[in-house]
Amino acid sequence: MSEPTSALRLDVYKTYKLFVGGKFPRSESGRVYEVTDRKSGEWLANAPQGTRKDTRDAVSAARKAFGGWSGATAYNRGQILYRAAEMLQGRREQYIAEVAVSEGLTAKKAAPLVDAAVDRLVWYAGWTDKVAQIAGNANPVAGPYFNLSTPEPTGVVGVVAPQSGNGFSLLGLVSVLAPVIATGNTAVVALAPGAPLPGLSLGEVLATSDLPGGVVNLISGRTEDIAPTLASHADVNALDLAGVVAEEGPASAKSLEVAAADTLKRVLRPESASYDWTTAPGTDRLLTFLETKTVWHPMGM
Amino acid sequence: MALFDYAPAPESRAAAGDIASTYGHFIDGEFVESTGSEALKTVDPSTEEVLAEFAQGTEADVDRAVAAARKAFTSWSALPGAERGKYLFRIARIIQERSRELAVLESIDNGKPIKETRDVDLPLVAAHFFYYAGWADKLEFAGYGSNPRPVGVAAQVIPWNFPLLMLAWKIAPALATGNTVVLKPAETTPLTALRFAEICRQAGLPKGVVNIVTGDGRTGAALTAHPEIDKVAFTGSTEVGRAIARTLAGTTKRLSLELGGKAANIVFDDAPVDQAVEGIVDGIFFNQGHVCCAGSRLLVQESVHDEVMDALKRRMSTLRVGDPLDKNTDIGAINSAAQLARIQELTAAGEAEGAERWSPACELPSAGYWFAPTVFSNVSATHRIAREEIFGPVLSVLTFRTPEEAVAKANNTPYGLSAGIWTEKGSRILWMASKLRAGVVWSNTFNKFDPTSPFGGYKESGYGREGGRHGLEAYLDV
Repeated sequence: MSEPTSALRLDVYKTYKLFVGGKFPRSESGRVYEVTDRKSGEWLANAPQGTRKDTRDAVSAARKAFGGWSGATAYNRGQILYRAAEMLQGRREQYIAEVAVSEGLTAKKAAPLVDAAVDRLVWYAGWTDKVAQIAGNANPVAGPYFNLSTPEPTGVVGVVAPQSGNGFSLLGLVSVLAPVIATGNTAVVALAPGAPLPGLSLGEVLATSDLPGGVVNLISGRTEDIAPTLASHADVNALDLAGVVAEEGPASAKSLEVAAADTLKRVLRPESASYDWTTAPGTDRLLTFLETKTVWHPMGM
Repeated sequence: MALFDYAPAPESRAAAGDIASTYGHFIDGEFVESTGSEALKTVDPSTEEVLAEFAQGTEADVDRAVAAARKAFTSWSALPGAERGKYLFRIARIIQERSRELAVLESIDNGKPIKETRDVDLPLVAAHFFYYAGWADKLEFAGYGSNPRPVGVAAQVIPWNFPLLMLAWKIAPALATGNTVVLKPAETTPLTALRFAEICRQAGLPKGVVNIVTGDGRTGAALTAHPEIDKVAFTGSTEVGRAIARTLAGTTKRLSLELGGKAANIVFDDAPVDQAVEGIVDGIFFNQGHVCCAGSRLLVQESVHDEVMDALKRRMSTLRVGDPLDKNTDIGAINSAAQLARIQELTAAGEAEGAERWSPACELPSAGYWFAPTVFSNVSATHRIAREEIFGPVLSVLTFRTPEEAVAKANNTPYGLSAGIWTEKGSRILWMASKLRAGVVWSNTFNKFDPTSPFGGYKESGYGREGGRHGLEAYLDV
């Protein structure tokens, strides 16, 4: 992606790998697929062809990480998300190049989308220790009880990353991923198969941000392999179908919801394919993957 | 051995008012006959006497009710919130005025003791309408945006365990937020919903805002699959909840589900035993154990197991099982023959799998559906009676040694509706409460409900909350 610096020196290409349990494994299948420039069609890199097995491994990692991450203080989660924003900022140029080829944009047009992704991480970093204050409350029950409702994370969330719309490849991914983990959930993400490079590189940012391994797991490959595995996996508690585009077949919203019904997963339905990811997010996604817990304590009895 | 002798103290059956011999549906403000000819019967489960016949709702009946709700939605949703609220206040007041009648009718149709319908169900029903009445003109302050809009026509399907209370949990928030509803009561307990239709008329509620269609699961399936509804709210079994979620897959319709449970009631060695035993008894024998949040798994710390079991058995020996209309009755009739068979099947499995069964000496009436309060000890986590919802007066007892083990055992279930903690140590209560994956946690109490307090589950106990500020969300387009 970068220009040759001298006629004598050969560039070192990057081997893109999955991000699972805090490590960067190849797909267990040993397979890769070609990722090309959105505009020119030129070969850019080989991305791992993540499989059902890779997805199940990622779910195990996410489940293992859930206790620690959901039990971390909200302040700590905010610090880590802010650290991720710092790391993203530091790699700005790399992401501009990756977003440009992923979305078919000039570097000039890709730059503000990368900046917005950094800012969005900062926005969610600030939310971690405020969610309980807007989503929870005391309840004035008619009796001698102290009664409090507080939000808790739902658990392991399967995310189908955005596959289209302005800024989808990095800003869109951050916009769906950050709210999930800000509140203490852990995530397994099916990356956009045609534009996985910003997402795969995001693993490198997260791995250097003190994010515990397994909190975020990033899988590139065929959506029709990864998404149905998440939808039918009994250890996944919720699905964000943001990037689902298939009208029919196993990776359609309908099929995924039917599979999710077996274990009564919470499902957030697909975002419009032309969604502009620069739109101010509001609190909807932040409040979606939460469970309200209400605790009754007797007073004076 | 009876500690006390009680003279019978029966509430008057006549207080239930006139029960018609046959009922149709309540659609567009009128009682109408079904388009079909099939009729179902509702019986008094304490005597097996038929109370009334009612219509098995057909697809055409459902169509008609949904059309009435759709038509009414335009003007109801446009009504100022303050005026909508005043209708709900009226309904709340009429329920208070007619609460004795409704309590007796509920006890007759459901089999639950009059002291519960009188002191728990009916006061909560009225309070729920009061609570949401007050929200109707304050929705912009609820935290769901500056101009929250209703969803549209809500299809609501409710169970037989708290017939009128579940109706209130469904209808009050739906109407306060400007939706109109088609509600289907359970096929074994339709009478209080049909009586509620009369109350809607007394309150002058505009036609079509509340529609009630009776029938069994076929009617429910037709209603929840109807193309013209915008939302389904269901309380009942996890199996039916899954089926509804599949039906709504790939649509834009909203869904809230309140399903089964297998709650752990956890007793630590420092808990006051007498109080804990009262909570255990209330947790599993309230409403014959027909409670989705019942404390059906007792987790008792090993060091106090024998002491707790002795006290529990002593207390169970004083429970009075019998006529639901007797004011001294603690445990009434099982709601239906089908539910009794389910309880019998699971308790037989408990014995077959090696758990130790105990019930107090207890004379059961010869007619009707009855089941003596029962406790199983030596239960292991793999037994069916430790995993499956029995929905009857049957308690399974397991032991633990450490708080960590209690949490692991309590959470070892696909359900996550409720849990109880009994200990004198405040910091342990808060630690346990934060670790239990359940939507409602009672510390040193159990089975408390309030309209201001959100209720609903984690995991396979469903999604969405009913009650409180949180209960508005299911009926707002957010």
